[in-house]
Amino acid sequence: MAKTHAQTTINGEHVEFLCEPHESLLEVLREHLGLTGTKEGCLTGDCGACTVNMDGRIVCSCLVFAAEAAGAEIDTIEGVARDQKLHPVQQQLLEHAGLQCGICTPGVVMAAKLLLEHNDNPTEQEIRYYMSGNLCRCTGYDKIVRAIQAAASEIRAGA
Amino acid sequence: MQEVRYERPTTIAEATELLAQSNGITKILAGGTDVLVQMRINSQIPSLILDVKHIPELRELRIDGDGLLLGAAVPSVELGESAEARKGYPGLVEGAEYIGSSQIQSRASVGGNLCNASPAADTVPALFALGAECRIAGPDGERTVPVEEFTTGVTTSCLQKGELLVSIRIPDPAAESSSAYLRFTPRNEMDIAVVGAGAAITLDKGGTCTAARLALGAVATTAIMVPEAADALVGSKIEESDLAKVAELASAASKPITDRRGTADFRRHVSGVLASRTVAAARDRAKAA
Repeated sequence: MAKTHAQTTINGEHVEFLCEPHESLLEVLREHLGLTGTKEGCLTGDCGACTVNMDGRIVCSCLVFAAEAAGAEIDTIEGVARDQKLHPVQQQLLEHAGLQCGICTPGVVMAAKLLLEHNDNPTEQEIRYYMSGNLCRCTGYDKIVRAIQAAASEIRAGA
Repeated sequence: MQEVRYERPTTIAEATELLAQSNGITKILAGGTDVLVQMRINSQIPSLILDVKHIPELRELRIDGDGLLLGAAVPSVELGESAEARKGYPGLVEGAEYIGSSQIQSRASVGGNLCNASPAADTVPALFALGAECRIAGPDGERTVPVEEFTTGVTTSCLQKGELLVSIRIPDPAAESSSAYLRFTPRNEMDIAVVGAGAAITLDKGGTCTAARLALGAVATTAIMVPEAADALVGSKIEESDLAKVAELASAASKPITDRRGTADFRRHVSGVLASRTVAAARDRAKAA
């Protein structure tokens, strides 16, 4: 079968890959490119575990064909920490115990990071609405929301 | 295994040609939030995946004196970010923003919601109420159909082989007019409408209704117009007694089924309640317009 060839940018680096035309971006990230930080959850776009940033928007990578990534800029959890330094969202999730099993965490980080890039002082309600597509079955959200609020304070203080 | 192709045309002509030549299952891809889910649920891999997001006409969002022009593949998030769209077409923006999470909003389009042809599609009652028209392109040229004629049944549309939806046009709203969309769901977010209602209301300077359109979703095989309820509003000030009449007529027009999300009786009742609330919301916005 004819494979699709795609050139894309992932975490700032030029990447080329071959994929089946109907393979998802999630499958290619995990199975072809070894970027297993992005998690597979529901495969129906409900849980947000597979959230990545595509051209400045968060998307469920299970609902994107890998072929669509051609020419796009993709950011995944692997590109969030810089020079061994965690992003404030990551650091605060650790400090607030905003994770237990950790499966939802990469998606939570990708979504919260973009939220704070657009709004570094969101209300609790704004956080909860924005994060409604990231399901967590362990912590019950409260700690996640507090971690995001703390990360927002940290970002505001550093700005 | 069958051959699968992913194609990314950049012109309408190229897209309609690929569609016309395609044999087997063809999926037109905008945001993919229905296409990929259905591909997995049905274990059905299409032979052609036609990504239409790189055709400029399908990505256009323009608001001017002629109204709103919304390319079929414009994601909901872009509509929601438009202050002009929120001001002029609040019912449509409400419908679009009900759909899914932030992640889904990044990809899902109003055009895709219409083409997917779910009876519960959240943008469709507002499109009906706002008098939207659909620009369709095919191998033999273009045609325009009123949105009420676009969806023909559960998951079916008027699109013929080789055709695709290019854009949706909504006329410029009159001075004292506005729109609203409300839905009932068991949960506030991330759910599918049990009943949806869209309304567009125009008032004169004295607050008397001069034009009204009302549509219901999720209570028949397609969204439905309820002209008898809308007509009853014309000439009135849309007071409590008028809203009660709307509720009664909307419940009577509703033709729901019983399923796990609600019984037919419950949906008929909610149709009336939501219709009157939606009309009242559009009226209040029209007064403020």
